[in-house]
Amino acid sequence: MRRSGPFRLAGAAVHRAVVLLFAAFAVFPFYWMVVTAFKQNSDLYVGAMNTAHNPFIFNQAPTLDHVKYLFTETPYPTWLFNTLSVGLIVVAVTLALAVPAGYSLARLSGRWGERLGIGVFLTYLVPSTLLFIPFSRLISILGLQNTTWALVLVYPTFTVPFCTWLLMGFFKSLPAEIEESAMVDGCSRLGATVRVILPLSVPGLLTAVIFSLTLVFQEFVYSLTFISSVEKMTVSVGVPVALIRGDVYYWGSLMAACLVTSVPLAVVYNLFLDRFIGGITGGAVKG
Amino acid sequence: MARVVLKNLNKKFAETHAVKDVSLTIEDREFVVLVGPSGCGKTTTLRMIAGLEEATSGEIHIGDRRVNDLPPRDRDIAMVFQSYALYPHMTVYDNMAFGLKMRKFPRREIEGRVRDAAEILGIQDLLGRKPRQLSGGQRQRVAVGRAIVRHPRVFLFDEPLSNLDAKLRVQMRVELKRLHDRLQATAVYVTHDQVEAMTLGDRVVVMHDGRVQQVGEPLEVYGAPRNRFVAGFIGSPSMNFLETTVAESAGALYAEAPGIRLRVPAERSKRLSAYTGRPVTLGIRPEDLCSAAGDDSPGFSFEAVVEVVEPLGSEILLDVRAGNASLVARVSPATRVKPHEKIRLAFAPERIHFFDPETEEAIPLSI
Ligand SMILES: Nc1ncnc2c1ncn2[C@@H]1O[C@H](COP(=O)(O)OP(=O)(O)OP(=O)(O)O)[C@@H](O)[C@H]1O
Ligand SMILES: [Mg+2]
Repeated sequence: MRRSGPFRLAGAAVHRAVVLLFAAFAVFPFYWMVVTAFKQNSDLYVGAMNTAHNPFIFNQAPTLDHVKYLFTETPYPTWLFNTLSVGLIVVAVTLALAVPAGYSLARLSGRWGERLGIGVFLTYLVPSTLLFIPFSRLISILGLQNTTWALVLVYPTFTVPFCTWLLMGFFKSLPAEIEESAMVDGCSRLGATVRVILPLSVPGLLTAVIFSLTLVFQEFVYSLTFISSVEKMTVSVGVPVALIRGDVYYWGSLMAACLVTSVPLAVVYNLFLDRFIGGITGGAVKG
Repeated sequence: MARVVLKNLNKKFAETHAVKDVSLTIEDREFVVLVGPSGCGKTTTLRMIAGLEEATSGEIHIGDRRVNDLPPRDRDIAMVFQSYALYPHMTVYDNMAFGLKMRKFPRREIEGRVRDAAEILGIQDLLGRKPRQLSGGQRQRVAVGRAIVRHPRVFLFDEPLSNLDAKLRVQMRVELKRLHDRLQATAVYVTHDQVEAMTLGDRVVVMHDGRVQQVGEPLEVYGAPRNRFVAGFIGSPSMNFLETTVAESAGALYAEAPGIRLRVPAERSKRLSAYTGRPVTLGIRPEDLCSAAGDDSPGFSFEAVVEVVEPLGSEILLDVRAGNASLVARVSPATRVKPHEKIRLAFAPERIHFFDPETEEAIPLSI
């Protein structure tokens, strides 16, 4: 039985309200970042007693001062560059290791594949606050203290297990018959993987890339431990070091830094993942 | 020349011995159907021929080469998978051209072959589409097209029709048969549908539990099943089995079960006399039973009570009870009976089968 008019309307309204609530929850941090990053200091730092002041809006004209400060008075561009270059290398290393590992765990080792997969995933769960002590010893033996190479070496220890596990699940969801068909059609196993499996895995690969990048962007403990010179830091450590001086917070510039780092990631997440995930394997097998 | 020869082929998985000692010769240009119930090892056998599964022991020859150690791509075979396994990211054209591209055919040749195949299969208008934009039947055609453009020496089909609805299945069955006549290639076709097996195969290979039970032309397998399994598997509705005891009376042999006493035809007596006083399984197909008027075929008819009447239009299936046995009879649509009525059923004496209850092997006509 179909529900009658007023009930349906009420249902739709509740639905909208819930969606709006979650949307607001997700958007609010970004909104707060934007407002804070472009507010003038006199608009930003107002006594708590001043109840007439509405902190959620621009009470004075927006300004680019904080952004300018960030880019000219701090080594923020250098940190961005460090973060990006570490990120890209880590992504490359991660894909180079996790794709073959995930594929073999998914296809070649039967029941053991699953157990090994879980084992690999467990290593990801060991917290970095525990691992940085042995790692710092390793890093110093290798003579990599205070270089970004230390991070390039250490970050894959958590990106590789996670991405291997993620890609394993992804490869498993692709029917083996597709690549077998390619092998009958004239490919070697490697050829079938490259020509058929990888193109179908783009959503999985993108997820792995974005995941690795995000981890590199937000990682704090290792970066703080292994890097001491300001000009070699990554964003996640450099920004708080430079913009929090004692108990003075440069909120405007802090928020500008967060904005510049997080908005591209958010855009990539929404643009690519939605478009790729699902749908792409449709039609491979039966009807 | 592409004979496919399997010699003592075995496949063991961790817990299952899926294929047991299969030996089979498939002649050049022959259409052979592997048929059997689910899990009997048909797919595994086919995958070993394709090279997708490694044989535990035994040999596989295609043409004059031993192919055990060749990868699938070097075996010159094409396979149509049950799930079709089309490449979802490629158009229909690219799906069909893929195998030729991999083999470095010149572009014009590829184009010509793809167009030819598309025409044969009636999918010229779909070449630009992606697999997800096709119906099940169209996908199936693309999968077949992908196989035929390659002009392989051997076609392997793994239940290619099982995902289609009943009507389309019958239509594609006819088309596949026509296609085979046209292509003149060796084909190995796997199905669990015995109607498909009978209609498509030059020869039928009945498998059960990893073993080949019988190899023969469809009517041969139907008419002279080698054992009880084959007898019950081929034919629909399947053969009736009666547990009887052989008795001698006045120089003739009788197969007796409670409430039934059937005379053993003279030509069968020679072999069956060895079973006198012992049990044998009597087999009779539903279509070999007919309603008999009065007592016109003494010894070859028996009384039964009708339990269920299933009119199919062209015929009527009767579920009857005779003594303590349940039988199915396939009688003419003119037969007028109702449930719980008595009916006299006669059988064609030359069409009955006897099986040894212990070995389940057929007891042959003569020595
Ligand atoms: N990769 C595998 N690992 C372990 N056992 C397997 C594997 N593939 C098949 N088997 C087993 O081997 C036996 C034969 O399987 P197969 O797929 O050949 O059967 P089939 O005759 O094709 O059945 P169906 O009609 O259901 O497709 C089954 O018992 C199955 O469980
Ligand atoms: Mg199968």
